[in-house]
Amino acid sequence: MGIENGLSQTFEITGNDFSKAGSISTTVKEILQEIGIDSSVIRRAAIASYEAEMNVVMYADKGQLILTVTPEKFTISVEDEGQGIENIELAMQEGYSTATEEMREMGFGAGMGLPNIKKNSDEFEIASIPGKGTSLKMTFNLDTKKEK
Amino acid sequence: MNHYFHSLRIDEGKCDGRMKCMKACPTQAIRVRKGKALILEDRCIDCGECITVCPNSAIIPLTDPFGELAKFRHTVAIPSPALYAQFGREILPDKILAGLKQLGFDDAFDLAQTCGEVSFAIQEYLREYKGPKPLISNMCPTIVRLVQVKYPDLIDLIIPIDTPREIAARDIKRKKSNLFGLKEHKIGTFYLTPCPVKMISIKQPAEKGKSHLDGAISISDIYGLLLSAMEDIKKVSYRKALESICILGIGWAMVGGVCRTLRLKNSLAVSGLPEVLKVFNDIERGRLRNIDFVEAYSCAQGCVGGSLTIENLYISYNKILKLIETLEFEKIKACPDIREVRKLYAQNYFFIKGKVEPRPLKPLAPDLATAIQKRKEKEKIYETLPKIDCGACGSPTCLTFAEDVVLGEAKLTDCIFNLAQKFRGLREESCPAVDKSAPLNPAGSNPSKKRKKGKVKK
Ligand SMILES: Nc1ncnc2c1ncn2[C@@H]1O[C@H](COP(=O)(O)OP(=O)(O)O)[C@@H](O)[C@H]1O
Ligand code: SF4
Ligand SMILES: [Mg+2]
Repeated sequence: MGIENGLSQTFEITGNDFSKAGSISTTVKEILQEIGIDSSVIRRAAIASYEAEMNVVMYADKGQLILTVTPEKFTISVEDEGQGIENIELAMQEGYSTATEEMREMGFGAGMGLPNIKKNSDEFEIASIPGKGTSLKMTFNLDTKKEK
Repeated sequence: MNHYFHSLRIDEGKCDGRMKCMKACPTQAIRVRKGKALILEDRCIDCGECITVCPNSAIIPLTDPFGELAKFRHTVAIPSPALYAQFGREILPDKILAGLKQLGFDDAFDLAQTCGEVSFAIQEYLREYKGPKPLISNMCPTIVRLVQVKYPDLIDLIIPIDTPREIAARDIKRKKSNLFGLKEHKIGTFYLTPCPVKMISIKQPAEKGKSHLDGAISISDIYGLLLSAMEDIKKVSYRKALESICILGIGWAMVGGVCRTLRLKNSLAVSGLPEVLKVFNDIERGRLRNIDFVEAYSCAQGCVGGSLTIENLYISYNKILKLIETLEFEKIKACPDIREVRKLYAQNYFFIKGKVEPRPLKPLAPDLATAIQKRKEKEKIYETLPKIDCGACGSPTCLTFAEDVVLGEAKLTDCIFNLAQKFRGLREESCPAVDKSAPLNPAGSNPSKKRKKGKVKK
């Protein structure tokens, strides 16, 4: 979307595919490392993108993660087609989860995903249409002071 | 300008560029250039995978020769507890330590005792620790390097308690120099090592301080000598020999050995680099926040699986396990006194001096804007590649090849597929009618342009 001085990469997420779950956030992390983003920012982005990726795997049919990086900031947008969220305020509460018994047995469903995404990103937007899908956008600001 | 010390070296005479090492390297630190393997210093974490897979034994582990002992007035052997698992079941640590003295060391020190103390110290630290979790063990230098290079964002999780081998060496130097009235540097402390990696923690400690060890001698180098040296040693009763073994420390030779000493703590143990990577990815994603401590080893089964050991790693693993079971059964608890350890702990005796700094890989360019452009370029090149990771270009994967091209370290035509395209391109130039017959891969249409870009930097 008109980001000549930036990079934009799209990754497809498959709902319910737990075997590959997490691989996209690993790739995102590697890209950020290669670009030379500060490791403390990477740490936050790794947690947030993983949680967002997992939510698509757990609660949607399919989705996309789009990483956009410019020298000033980077954003991770995750859009999915799936059940969507009825009550966003509720979903954002710590500990709230509709994860199934099986998911909980795999160690998911602590209800900390969305709160952690919010906590770890500098800006966070969420929108959802029940029955259609959900979209998240997290932004991470980059310290533009020249270093090294 | 930063020069990284490594504990392995490629013997170019023996290397015939078969690429086994390049494929096995977990950090993509090897390239094959002009038919010879080449180690990229900043990427290598000294895990030793390459040593194991090389069919020509062309990758040489660097450890100290036995002759180093002559440089010191008094020498002390500090064997890794993995040494205790290299012999028959009836050969217990007391005999091995005696054998080492027979061999020419002035003294031999039982590191299991210190390991036991450090187990207590870790437990103390975990009890009062309130920061982010889990903490990560540091006894395996490869693991520390791995965090520095590939997981710099986890660096603060490395436990700041020093390793038993360093603590023991420091203590030995101090005590012996008082005892003999010798300067500390006249007392040689030698670690008997199951892996070459310990060399890097001696020559270039991760926390930038100075090691208290003077060298590392390979277990495989002294094995034969030690075996014959032990022949002359008088037998003590089995029971008596058992009584000197610290049950808390002996397990440090194998994966899980530390965790089992951390009662009431939620800890997990992992060994073998591919498995470690999985666990570290989960730590990074915040999935292991409920775990207090992760004990991690580069080698499968822990240090008993080190590349310089002799015994089959499953057998030696089992030997240590059986030994622990025997000690438990016999109710033998030769352990350090926890009150003493607490006192020392309070005096900061166990804490590491200095801090482990991250050592992330150099970004594609020093400034963000250029690095972003280079990353874009890398992706563009990658998209044109066949993605079969054949390795013929001398880079381990198509993605690393794309990066090497962007950095000017490789040429697009090093890829055999691109080379084919280039010839086709030439043919088209002389015969434009067949213009649309080259659908295989778009990069072929402008390889020269990208090549130039890659070269600008050099
Ligand atoms: N992409 C999504 N699509 C539909 N529902 C979602 C999505 N993401 C989150 N939710 C809902 O919000 C709840 C809370 O999400 P989260 O905070 O990540 O916790 P958890 O994943 O542990 O349940 C989920 O249980 C689910 O009901
Ligand atoms: S696991 Fe032990 S033997 Fe293997 S590299 Fe690490 S410290 Fe050396
Ligand atoms: Mg979630």
